[in-house]
Amino acid sequence: MQALLDVSGLRKVYEGSGRRVEALRDLTFSVDAGELVCLVGPSGCGKTTLLKCVGGLLAPTGGEVRLGGRPVTAPPPGMAVVFQEYGRSLFPWMRVRENVELPLRQKRLDAGRRRELVADALESVGLADAAGAYPWQLSGGMQQRVAIARALAYEPEVLLMDEPFAAVDAQTRADLEDLVRGLWQQRGITILFVTHDIDEAVYLGERVLVLSSSPTVVQEELRVDLPSGRDQLHTRVSPRFAELRTHVYEQVQAAKRGAPGVPWQRGVPLHKDTVSDTPPSPTG
Amino acid sequence: MKGGVKDWPLRLFLALALPSVLLAVWWFASDDSTDVYWPPLRTILTAFPDVWTGDRLREDVLPSVLRLSAGYACAAAAGVGLGTLIGSHRRVRAVCEPALEFVRAVPPPVLVPVIMLFAGIGDTMKIAVIAAGCVWPILLNTVEGVRSLDAVMSETARSYGITGVARLRHLVLPAAGPQIFAGLRQALSIGIILMVISEMFAADNGLGFTIVQFQRGFAIADMWTGILLLGLLGFALSVLFHTVERRVLGWYHGLRDATRRSS
Repeated sequence: MQALLDVSGLRKVYEGSGRRVEALRDLTFSVDAGELVCLVGPSGCGKTTLLKCVGGLLAPTGGEVRLGGRPVTAPPPGMAVVFQEYGRSLFPWMRVRENVELPLRQKRLDAGRRRELVADALESVGLADAAGAYPWQLSGGMQQRVAIARALAYEPEVLLMDEPFAAVDAQTRADLEDLVRGLWQQRGITILFVTHDIDEAVYLGERVLVLSSSPTVVQEELRVDLPSGRDQLHTRVSPRFAELRTHVYEQVQAAKRGAPGVPWQRGVPLHKDTVSDTPPSPTG
Repeated sequence: MKGGVKDWPLRLFLALALPSVLLAVWWFASDDSTDVYWPPLRTILTAFPDVWTGDRLREDVLPSVLRLSAGYACAAAAGVGLGTLIGSHRRVRAVCEPALEFVRAVPPPVLVPVIMLFAGIGDTMKIAVIAAGCVWPILLNTVEGVRSLDAVMSETARSYGITGVARLRHLVLPAAGPQIFAGLRQALSIGIILMVISEMFAADNGLGFTIVQFQRGFAIADMWTGILLLGLLGFALSVLFHTVERRVLGWYHGLRDATRRSS
């Protein structure tokens, strides 16, 4: 079966003002329909760059992203992004309902269908009452729920989440994690979730991809064999969870160590069971 | 609107306190004045209803206000339109910015004689003068507002396919709204000044024209009533502007208050 989202040999080099920064070296992975995959890596490992390339917001230097077999060159209608900065991602001059509805108007859906989708999306994130409020009247966690509702209403094939809970407090974060797990299970959507939080990655994902430091490659791919019904209380204290998180933690630490000052001389990255099968693309 | 109803008498009192004091000071300080150029306020106020009759308002104030509105509207349309264009494109901005800074530095009243040369001395000239003076603060503020569009908002719009006209309407213009209104506010005071000045140069009606006529005829008290009326007109326009701004930028004031409360 062909993967829904296919990233192959992705490479991104930033060039400007005499500096050349290789952010992504060679990333290859795929996400099947209905999967929840977490990308975790050390700070500054180019996670956001990766997500922007996948979302078609940034043109890669080399390699390719395919969604449902079609190459992604601009933001495709089948993708929705939830950004970390919820406060800057929602439009403060629009009420919650209008924020969720705006992308649907661009899709030229008729008013009835739009209303249906908006109501359903807000309902499923528990914000049916807040439709008439402005985003800035809501707490941070609620604003991020609005952003999630906007993405859900858009009915994407793949939902991209870029460290969506990095800016909220720990309790809100736990609630939002469960919300995402719940939505994923109920709706069978496909989610690519980027985070720097190892526990979050293991708790949420069916599969965790550990990224190396910049220039980034996929360091390891790990299948999370925790039961699918997870909850904050029991899952996080289960021995298997501890094993998995320890393993990922070690990998992230190795990734950090494995990035000396001159990454060019580092030789072949620690591909243990990575899905990478293409050599670093020489395009530039 | 927290406690809005409860403290409005207090707010009204605060708003009226200083003007009342100033008027009282003027009244008593000028009460026994025999100076021709500084008539008692009593005399000015007595003259006011005699000077500004219905006919006068229609023949002098109305044309002034209409010319101001026309010039201001032209400036707003041109300023926001061009400003959006310049602000959205880095290349265009690089080309235009030095020239804009130069033209902006030219004091608008010197445009009156120049514009008179090709637009004559009719309404067109006055509207052109007002528009030419008002356009700069609107244009430059729009450029700045459009240019400083938040990167995350911009990416959000892109990822949801909000492009073209929809992007302009739902993202760029609302986001630049607070800056655009700052420019419109500056332009309003410039517009009133230019309205008067353009009528002082060459006109056969209008507030500025009438005030100069009174001055030339040594009708000093009448001249002062014209100045008072100008002040009142400016005040009324400012209140109107404030009301419109509160409506359009309600979200912005709410957002600012919310940010202030939480920090």
